[in-house]
Amino acid sequence: MAKRIDISGLSAYYGNHKAIDDISMTVEPRSVTAFIGPSGCGKSTFLRTLNRMHEVTPGGRVEGKVLLDDENLYAKDVDPVAVRRTVGMVFQRPNPFPTMSIFDNVAAGLRLNGSYKKSRLTEVVEKSLRGANLWNEVKDRLNKPGSGLSGGQQQRLCIARAIAVEPQVLLMDEPCSALDPISTLAIEDLIGELKERFTIVIVTHNMQQAARVSDRTAFFNLAAIGQPGKLIEIDDTERIFSNPSVQATEDYISGRFG
Amino acid sequence: MLAALFFVLATFAITTKVEGSRQGKDRVATSVVWVCFILALVPLLSLAWVTITKGIKVIDGYFLTHSMSGLLDTDEGGGIYHALLGTLEQVGIATLIAAPVGLLTAVYLVEYGRGRLAKTVTFFVDVMTGIPSIVAGLFILATWNLMLGFGPSGFAGALALAILMMPVVVRSTEEMLKLVPNELREASLALGVPKWRTILKVVLPTAIGGITTGVMLAVARITGETAPVLLLVFGTKLINPNPFEGAQSSLPLYVYEQYVVGTEASIDRAWGAALVLIAFVMILNLVARGIARWKAPSTGR
Ligand SMILES: Nc1ncnc2c1ncn2[C@@H]1O[C@H](COP(=O)(O)OP(=O)(O)O)[C@@H](O)[C@H]1O
Ligand SMILES: [Mg+2]
Repeated sequence: MAKRIDISGLSAYYGNHKAIDDISMTVEPRSVTAFIGPSGCGKSTFLRTLNRMHEVTPGGRVEGKVLLDDENLYAKDVDPVAVRRTVGMVFQRPNPFPTMSIFDNVAAGLRLNGSYKKSRLTEVVEKSLRGANLWNEVKDRLNKPGSGLSGGQQQRLCIARAIAVEPQVLLMDEPCSALDPISTLAIEDLIGELKERFTIVIVTHNMQQAARVSDRTAFFNLAAIGQPGKLIEIDDTERIFSNPSVQATEDYISGRFG
Repeated sequence: MLAALFFVLATFAITTKVEGSRQGKDRVATSVVWVCFILALVPLLSLAWVTITKGIKVIDGYFLTHSMSGLLDTDEGGGIYHALLGTLEQVGIATLIAAPVGLLTAVYLVEYGRGRLAKTVTFFVDVMTGIPSIVAGLFILATWNLMLGFGPSGFAGALALAILMMPVVVRSTEEMLKLVPNELREASLALGVPKWRTILKVVLPTAIGGITTGVMLAVARITGETAPVLLLVFGTKLINPNPFEGAQSSLPLYVYEQYVVGTEASIDRAWGAALVLIAFVMILNLVARGIARWKAPSTGR
């Protein structure tokens, strides 16, 4: 489990609009890497290129290479569907499937991929819910709809759903921005536990959160509205927050813009 | 009408005097809305009332289970069994054709459709929505019956009804599929589920309540069609359970035939059949509503 990601010369487009420009970086396995930067600088876009979700958007197009332990995700013979099983994703707003129970939500990834054995499903569902620190809260109502949970619980349900297919990498796009402080804390604790098993990349607007949960931090910025976003620097989180090597990073972190 | 107008003016005058002009205008707006609502309700309720009072007196077990076989149209007695059977079969076949085709078209348009082909399909669906039922009937008559040489049958009528039903199903299904949040599709795709499975297992189940409702309403819509049935199914007094061969009858056609005869007994039968028709459509509507409520994805706690 847990793989290294090597990104080189990556640009992404929406039709003719270039959203991110020539990004190269390495994401270490079994660590948390945080993406910070002002809105519209392409953090979500970049994140979505890492599991080939970007091309789902009409007009979405990618140039460059993403190596997952030396295997290029954008090689010609690679099936995007298989990539997404290896690189899981959690979205900004909790989005459990409304027609499915809690159990079925967690089992969805396995079931929809054609694995139906009940005993195995039960085992995986319990393991994933425990892994998402949700088991104790829902074990008595696994057959109730997932939409009946609180926002924070729903987001942990989505995390359980994502880790149930046993990905190598977990991408999270502002997973706490729709949640209250208590639920946010629960998710941050969870991220700390999950990094033992997965490579985690998290986009966040919250500086304290980046400082609390991540080992490495990448700062993105854009020259002007309508210009493509660029990677400004990536370094150990401590360094980024205490002594960044680029002035713009320090300005952004200290709240002078963005 | 005059009374309503007078009522509105009087409300305005009195309220303006007592409470001031802003409240006066507010009252007038409220009254106008109410008067319009009641005006809209009057024809609806009186239609239902007339049909029920006139229709109920001939409806009994005999009426529902016997045909007009062996009777002159001017005779008393007889029933609508042959017409009811015809309607059920023709509408059933039309639904079996139109619902899957319409559903798949809508799935294509919403989930896959981009560029020229999708635009063309959308355009033709729009055009089809406006086709008068008699034209659909003539089209089937010209192709199925005259060109291919088949005689009148329930199936020919069902083909015309399917043409009328298809665009309605496409439109309503399209709307329902568009209501499914994109986030759900992305959540499923991000789990490594192929697109077709995502549509089958996530998108369609989420929208199924609305889709079924749309199909039911489309069925209700075509059940009352008379023109294509007149052309293609031809009408008969006898029970013909085989929709693929020979003339059949249908409820709207029966109503028309009986009314044209013009004797007291036949006009009573026409009202009786009309009531059954309305009841059928009403039941479909209620079932549709029930399904929509039952299948609606649960939200909140
Ligand atoms: N679906 C889309 N279609 C077209 N342009 C988009 C789309 N999503 C994002 N963009 C554009 O791409 C750029 C980066 O957006 P995004 O990745 O969402 O930034 P962030 O997540 O950092 O706020 C923005 O200029 C935005 O307008
Ligand atoms: Mg974003």
